[in-house]
Amino acid sequence: MSNILEVKDLKVSYGAIQAIKGITFHIKQGEMVALIGANGAGKTTTLKTLAGMLKPVGGEIVYMGKPLSSIKNYDLVREGLALVPEGRGIFGRLTVTENLEMGAYSRTDSKANIQADIDRMFEIFPRLKERAFQLAGTMSGGEQQMLAISRALMSKPKLLLLDEPSMGLAPIIVQKIFETIREVAKDGVTLLLVEQNAKLALQTCQRAYVMDGGKITLEGDAKELLHDEAVQKAYLGE
Amino acid sequence: MEIFLQQILNGLVLGSVYALVALGYTMVYGIIGLINFAHGEVVMVGAMITISMLTMFSAMGIQLPGVVVLLMAMMISVPACMILAYFMEKVAYRPLRKAQKLAPLITAIGISIILQNLAMMIWGRGFKSFPSVIDVEPIDFMGATVTNLQIAIMIVAVLMMLGLWFLVERTKLGKAMRATAVNQEVAGLMGISINHIISMTFVIGAGLGAIAGVMRAANYGQADAYMGAILGLKAFSAAVLGGIGNIFGAMAGGILLGVIESLAAGYIGDLTGGFLGSHYQDIFAFIVLILVLVFRPSGLLGERVAERA
Ligand SMILES: Nc1ncnc2c1ncn2[C@@H]1O[C@H](COP(=O)(O)OP(=O)(O)O)[C@@H](O)[C@H]1O
Ligand SMILES: [Mg+2]
Repeated sequence: MSNILEVKDLKVSYGAIQAIKGITFHIKQGEMVALIGANGAGKTTTLKTLAGMLKPVGGEIVYMGKPLSSIKNYDLVREGLALVPEGRGIFGRLTVTENLEMGAYSRTDSKANIQADIDRMFEIFPRLKERAFQLAGTMSGGEQQMLAISRALMSKPKLLLLDEPSMGLAPIIVQKIFETIREVAKDGVTLLLVEQNAKLALQTCQRAYVMDGGKITLEGDAKELLHDEAVQKAYLGE
Repeated sequence: MEIFLQQILNGLVLGSVYALVALGYTMVYGIIGLINFAHGEVVMVGAMITISMLTMFSAMGIQLPGVVVLLMAMMISVPACMILAYFMEKVAYRPLRKAQKLAPLITAIGISIILQNLAMMIWGRGFKSFPSVIDVEPIDFMGATVTNLQIAIMIVAVLMMLGLWFLVERTKLGKAMRATAVNQEVAGLMGISINHIISMTFVIGAGLGAIAGVMRAANYGQADAYMGAILGLKAFSAAVLGGIGNIFGAMAGGILLGVIESLAAGYIGDLTGGFLGSHYQDIFAFIVLILVLVFRPSGLLGERVAERA
């Protein structure tokens, strides 16, 4: 299958600090790929760059055959690229429903279609339905993460980037969220999953990249990495 | 009692104008955290262009009902102010969006001085009287007097505020504006063009401000190049009173400030034994501003805005 995303020798800096020091990777259409690594490895920076929030200082990003730099930031989501940001980034002073509507901001199909998708999200996460008209900022962390993922799905993404969806959440909520992520992948959405919970990420995805200090240090089949001695030592605490 | 009712009525008229102008300050602050000190000048330009248009129409010998002539003039002046604000944001503020807070603030003051001076070059230093296209008739209201013009001002102000409420709460643009105010980065991820939203915020604020400028000039029968400075400061005080960044706060703060100012002006003579006259009216807005900043910096309806300043 063809590559939905190709990254070649990508370099990203914050002023004088180079956070990404030339990484190369790819994601095939329909794949679930994990990007794992310790705190500060550069995972968030990588996702933000893919989502157009940061401009690379070097290298190349090709999304669906087009250079990413040729697509305007606010057009990325129209092209099917969505990010669930680190820390969720829900709109706290908007209601749950309004947050979902914002997820569909770029869509041009009918209101009825959008409403049907909102209802579908409520079906997946009944907790959101109960809180449809509540201000999103007043919800718990788990509910906010459900909302953040639903909001991203509202844009009907082709490639969904997820930044630490399990961060700070109770195990039962994490389970529910990962269940949903797998369902989303089954529906044909390509996933790039960033996680500190390496075990969960490797169990969920087919392939994985390991980042350290702004570089990719390991890559391969997720199940193999799960049993790799170096990975176990460094990231699985075994 | 009649004085009280009269001052309340005057205050509501005054407050309607403050509220509409305050909205321009608060909307822009809510989205980009900038106090657009040039907003008062946009209000002034709205009034001055309207006066010029009315004068021109009368010179052309246009014979139409006063309301129609006024609407024609405003169909030129209000969009002109919106365009002015659009370019002001694009040329002066947008390049400074990532700069330190002080840079755009100083730029705003600079723009305000430029606009004031341009206005003086175009319209002169003196007062321009507002052509009497509308026959102002006093109406008795329980012993107090209110004019048909003042009633119209209050009705239009209420309609504009309802319209804005609808826009902000119910439309896609309004929701995107609120989302952008909460988190620009994430709003961008939704496919919202931040530049577009910020432009629209300036443009809408300018439209409301221009209408307020016309109201003020029509009610006082005159306008000059300086009117935006003091009106702007008072409306800014009203926005702070209501909680800057909060749209409903600006509406409430504007009306409240108008009423406070008017009541204070009505009773200041009695209170000070004639020592201070009603021409000291202007100081009350600033007394209110100082009191709010000292005792409740987040304003009446504001929450957690202080951290932004
Ligand atoms: N806004 C920023 N300014 C400067 N340095 C940053 C910024 N954000 C992240 N960094 C640095 O870039 C590196 C990578 O950070 P990040 O991508 O957030 O890592 P991760 O998501 O893997 O924990 C870290 O060394 C971090 O300190
Ligand atoms: Mg991170």
